[in-house]
Amino acid sequence: MTEYVGKPMPRYQGLGEVTGTATYVDDVQYPGMLYVKVLRSPVARGTVKGLDFSDTLKVPGVVGVLTADDIPGVNIYGVYGDQLVLNPQDLRYKGEPIAAVVGRDEDAAQAGVEAVKLDVEELTPVFDMFEAMKPDAPIVRPGTTSNLFEYDEQGTTTRIIKLGDVEAGLKEADHIVEGRYIEAIQDHAAMEPQVSVALIDDAGRLTIHTHSQCLNYHLAQLCPVFGLSQSKINYLGGRVGGGYGGKNEINCDHIAGLAALKFCAPVKYRLTRQEDLAYTGKRGAWVFDYKTGVMNDGRIVASHIKEYHDSGAYCGFSPYGTEKCGMFASGPYNIPNILIEANTIFTNRYPSISMRGYSVLNGQVAADVQMSRIAEKLGMDPWELRFINAWRDGDMGASRYVVDGVGALEAMKRAAGMAGIELPDKLLQMSSRSR
Amino acid sequence: MKKRGKAMSLVLHPTGNKGAGDPSQAAIALRPDGTFTLIIGTADLGQGSNTILRQFAADALDVPIENISVNNQAGNVAPICTGSFASRVTLIDPHAVVNAADDLKDKVVNWAAGMWEVAPEAVTWADNSVFVEGDEEKTMTMTEVGEGVVGSAELMIGTGAWYPAPFTEHDPETGAMESVGAISFGCAVVEVEVDTETGLIDVLSVIQVWELGKAVNPLTCKQQINGGLSVGLGFALAESCHPYYPDAAHAVEHLTDYYVPTFADYPAEISHGIEEVPHPAGVKGAKGFSEGSSTVPISAIISAVHDATGVWITEVPLTPEVVLKALEA
Amino acid sequence: MKSILSFSLNGAPVEVLVKTTDTLLDVLRESLGYTGAKRGCDAGDCGACTVIVDGLAIRACLAIALTMSGKEVVTIEGLGKQGDLHPLQKAFHQHGAHQCGFCTSGMIVSAKTLLDKIPNPSQDEIVEYMSGNICRCGTYVEVAEAIQAVSGGKE
Repeated sequence: MTEYVGKPMPRYQGLGEVTGTATYVDDVQYPGMLYVKVLRSPVARGTVKGLDFSDTLKVPGVVGVLTADDIPGVNIYGVYGDQLVLNPQDLRYKGEPIAAVVGRDEDAAQAGVEAVKLDVEELTPVFDMFEAMKPDAPIVRPGTTSNLFEYDEQGTTTRIIKLGDVEAGLKEADHIVEGRYIEAIQDHAAMEPQVSVALIDDAGRLTIHTHSQCLNYHLAQLCPVFGLSQSKINYLGGRVGGGYGGKNEINCDHIAGLAALKFCAPVKYRLTRQEDLAYTGKRGAWVFDYKTGVMNDGRIVASHIKEYHDSGAYCGFSPYGTEKCGMFASGPYNIPNILIEANTIFTNRYPSISMRGYSVLNGQVAADVQMSRIAEKLGMDPWELRFINAWRDGDMGASRYVVDGVGALEAMKRAAGMAGIELPDKLLQMSSRSR
Repeated sequence: MKKRGKAMSLVLHPTGNKGAGDPSQAAIALRPDGTFTLIIGTADLGQGSNTILRQFAADALDVPIENISVNNQAGNVAPICTGSFASRVTLIDPHAVVNAADDLKDKVVNWAAGMWEVAPEAVTWADNSVFVEGDEEKTMTMTEVGEGVVGSAELMIGTGAWYPAPFTEHDPETGAMESVGAISFGCAVVEVEVDTETGLIDVLSVIQVWELGKAVNPLTCKQQINGGLSVGLGFALAESCHPYYPDAAHAVEHLTDYYVPTFADYPAEISHGIEEVPHPAGVKGAKGFSEGSSTVPISAIISAVHDATGVWITEVPLTPEVVLKALEA
Repeated sequence: MKSILSFSLNGAPVEVLVKTTDTLLDVLRESLGYTGAKRGCDAGDCGACTVIVDGLAIRACLAIALTMSGKEVVTIEGLGKQGDLHPLQKAFHQHGAHQCGFCTSGMIVSAKTLLDKIPNPSQDEIVEYMSGNICRCGTYVEVAEAIQAVSGGKE
């Protein structure tokens, strides 16, 4: 029997990468290719009062414009189906795409964008999650009455995950440790900026060269926009110049595809680094309030966590991320009483999306610093506190999932060994197989 | 003054989507010369999915790995992979690949049994060939199989899929939800030096260990563990798209004001360790982990800064401005 | 306004029509189809477009194309190819010094000029010299290992 699994092997398609011959989306060129630039919202919140392309169409090299009216299917995409490909009306964040200009080169397209006479009535935006939750806050999503995501038809805005009785656990605890954790917005900063190339192929199909991380999900989102069945789209991908979650979001494929359909030509739409950094989805901000009850012997008996996630102006991935974060926010520990209260809040920012370690990372950072603070409070070694509480096979997590194949203790033992830290025998004798 | 501090961290990283519903599919085609093409719909972001799925395919088929090419750019004929996210590929895709290999083996064995007029159970697929044990007449190399299949007007494509579980919602009352994936565990030990005059933090060393079920490819595991530091160091120390959050002013627009870790920002001493507790849900015990390599350094750095200065700084990232403010408070 | 630019590319003379505003990266990628040098930021910040001009590593995105007249330009495509790899290309592959591969061309080109200048660089010299090339996959440890492996003509 062959045994390749377990052996170090270099990257399968790596020779193309080291010789510069690997083809990334921006490396794809077609004769007569047109280029797209997008007119973006200059304000964080506002209403479009006028949109006049008469000067744009006079710019040399401009081939035409693309507006919401040009969309053959629906002007909707996103995991939660709440984003507009091109937003003709109620602008929710700075940089939101309003319309696109297609030109023979990028300079012409950009000059065309700058020639658009855009009249926007600016409205007061809200950027602070806690301000956004107040009753008199500006409303991010027109047509709604609150900036909190509703998790069900009953209008539940705080997603609860509970195990045991957290109040009783906190009452029983010898010590209470509290902490607030504020975590910033992070960009993926993949070295390959967002880009797409689209064209009509010889069979009349729409071919798209994509760097999507999730071809199947994105194809399902794109078909309704183009009004085309899956058999009419050749969605070519597989090679990505760095994703880290940033290419789970569609930024270019929809607009490039629409332009190819309208102008029946190969089209490239790529973001500059500036556009990519300033206007695309990010790992959103999180604020956590932790309250942990612990006994003198180090056993954690209660964990009450309040979670606030800044979703930006659309859902992005946020309602999902807030829940997933919550499921794991009490850390890899056996805690009998847990209450997670999670809120997803809209603000006038680009939507928050997945990023490496998505959502779980944010909760783990808070949970783990909290553990070190508990150890300090108890005067206990931070290793010992984690050894005592770490999951063993058969333990239960916050949303009542049973864990198996656990290896927290084993990871700690190896790390301590590598660091030259001598752990006491009573810790070394512990195993994830039993308590 | 420069103050040094040391701390450890322990975090988890789950594999697979919350609530499941994230299937993968695979197909393996036998070529006329007895080699194979593995067809998947999985985007390789650099994490090495093509590389490791080819390893799984070679072992499942028991053939030299050089004989397997991978096509993950198959456009509108690609099998489904919900995506390269949630560290799901290593846990889920290998099941689809193994199932596709088993399906192909079944088809070829049945075809060979028909050729030889024996029961399929009598035919063995091993060592890049098919044969009937103890009968020297009844043996074919894979090259002969490839040729023979074409000659008998057959097309041999094995298909496989894996659907961990249907998507389930939380219980609305308790939030209860089964976790159908697997969970990996990371532990880091970090040493930092804090310049209390400038607020700059220098991460001197990082030891990072992951318990990941099975190290399918120790080289890609090493890349992913060491590589995750980029996003982790940045998150801990520098990266913020709105530095005066929640204020939206001063939004970053260039890599000069959005500071991604460079060679010089990586710790002088970096080491990684791998621990394997085979997971029942993975092929050969493998589960995903590597997004977590961005998570585990962060809290260790924060705790090490406390060890150095005696101050808990819980507003991340710990930029010089944040550090100085906290030290002065 | 367009002008004819003549220079040497990977050892062969080329002539190409360029705009005065074109950068070397524009000309290499869009006019000549040499896409090994990548467009990561167009601002000289990331290093993905690094090429060699008269022996020095430069950012192709910052170099006005017309200033290349008569110069010798070497890109990743000029270092080696499959079947005839440059030792650095081989070492990068073997040591896993690339993940998504987008920064790899610039990384290898920078490393080549480092070894031309300092055949046996110390770890500190590698870190200092290579700090203009960003790898968001964070493959710095493996890049340094690959450079060490070929330093002093070892591989």
